[in-house]
Amino acid sequence: MIPAAFDYVAPTSLEDALAALAQAGDDAKVMAGGQSLLPILRMRLGAPETVVDLGRIEALRGVRDGGDHLAIGAMTPYSDVVADPLVAEHAGLLARAVETVADPQIRHRGTIGGALVHADPAGDVGAPVLALDATLVVVGPGGERTVPAAEFFRNLFETAVGDGELLTEIRVPKHTGWGSAYEKFVRVSHQWSIVGVAAAVRVDGGSIAEAKVGLTNMGSTPMRATAVEQALVGKDDSGLADACAAAAEGTSPPSDLNGDADYRRHLATVLTRRAVRSAMQ
Amino acid sequence: MTRITVSVDGVPYTDEVEPRTLLVHYLREVVGKVGTVVGCDTSNCGACTVHLDGRSVKSCNVLAVQADGHEVTTIEGLAVDGELHPMQAAFHENHALQCGYCTPGMIMQAVDLLTENPHPTEDEIRQGMEGNLCRCTGYHNIVKAVAAVAGSTSGEGSGAR
Repeated sequence: MIPAAFDYVAPTSLEDALAALAQAGDDAKVMAGGQSLLPILRMRLGAPETVVDLGRIEALRGVRDGGDHLAIGAMTPYSDVVADPLVAEHAGLLARAVETVADPQIRHRGTIGGALVHADPAGDVGAPVLALDATLVVVGPGGERTVPAAEFFRNLFETAVGDGELLTEIRVPKHTGWGSAYEKFVRVSHQWSIVGVAAAVRVDGGSIAEAKVGLTNMGSTPMRATAVEQALVGKDDSGLADACAAAAEGTSPPSDLNGDADYRRHLATVLTRRAVRSAMQ
Repeated sequence: MTRITVSVDGVPYTDEVEPRTLLVHYLREVVGKVGTVVGCDTSNCGACTVHLDGRSVKSCNVLAVQADGHEVTTIEGLAVDGELHPMQAAFHENHALQCGYCTPGMIMQAVDLLTENPHPTEDEIRQGMEGNLCRCTGYHNIVKAVAAVAGSTSGEGSGAR
């Protein structure tokens, strides 16, 4: 399968990328790692006139210490995020989730920013970014703005990044010393999540002082399980099951061949309990 | 058309390609590296796996223009002076192939796996090879071959999955 013909632009700076987008107009598509985009183009589900490839903008890659947060370049490949020592120390939840994305080859090419802007509800990057209260840096013709993760995901495949804009950086507040786990439920290997649960907990004296829980594929966007987060405070291992019972509260999971909505609600409850228990260890 | 220069198996090539040309098609049809095969054409099966700057990628899911200025290694570039790469030899010795179609991708991913993790457990081998499908279900011997190169004794185990 071969994509329909398109014009190709590979800018080497952010300024040139924005200019290329502005010039290409409505029918341009931004390519990050291309691991979701290229299958779409090959199957001709999309046929943009222009592809703007961000792969040659070195400034958009890498993880740096921003003081109270980590600043992760949008074009940082999954495999670099997973291997990064700063991520391991200060945002372990992100590594636990990203290491479950697809397979090693895809993780070498796919990028954290590409996944966030693609915004597939079954993708594994949104839930940990949302749970860790990250801030997304978006740059456009009018300059730079920051968007809290809670306002970033708008709908299926739709984010706060508008036409002519680019996601450049993900700022993740440091969660040093937190335990974390990502529980992903799939039927076969290297597939999209049927349901995924991202959990980070700060444990103090054997019980939970603070908890953050993000859900994958329990609605059209990643979601927070806020009722669970509140119920977990003060709980030790014996109180987890009760506290996690409300994991599906307020969600609107899809029904498809992998499972109906009720099945997903059940999965969310079970996986939340497993993720929190694992994060406490 | 876009002019690209790509190093393939140590030899530089400069060619005019359409931007929509997939790397796997460029390698096979322009450079002639037909050892790299197209399997599923949907980025699932991993048969087209090559190394791009030393890291494994699915070459059906990369554009040739994205490889401009970079180094590609295919299955044809592993052997040195006619002597099989240890991973190729291990696949031979352990009968890690039946029809052989997935083999180029399996070997390229296996080499990448040991670069990142020289001493994997059996489970780590299976996880590390999860992006490569064998429809003869020959996984058991594939895992054995990878373990043999890693010097691991964990090749025997839970069988195909």
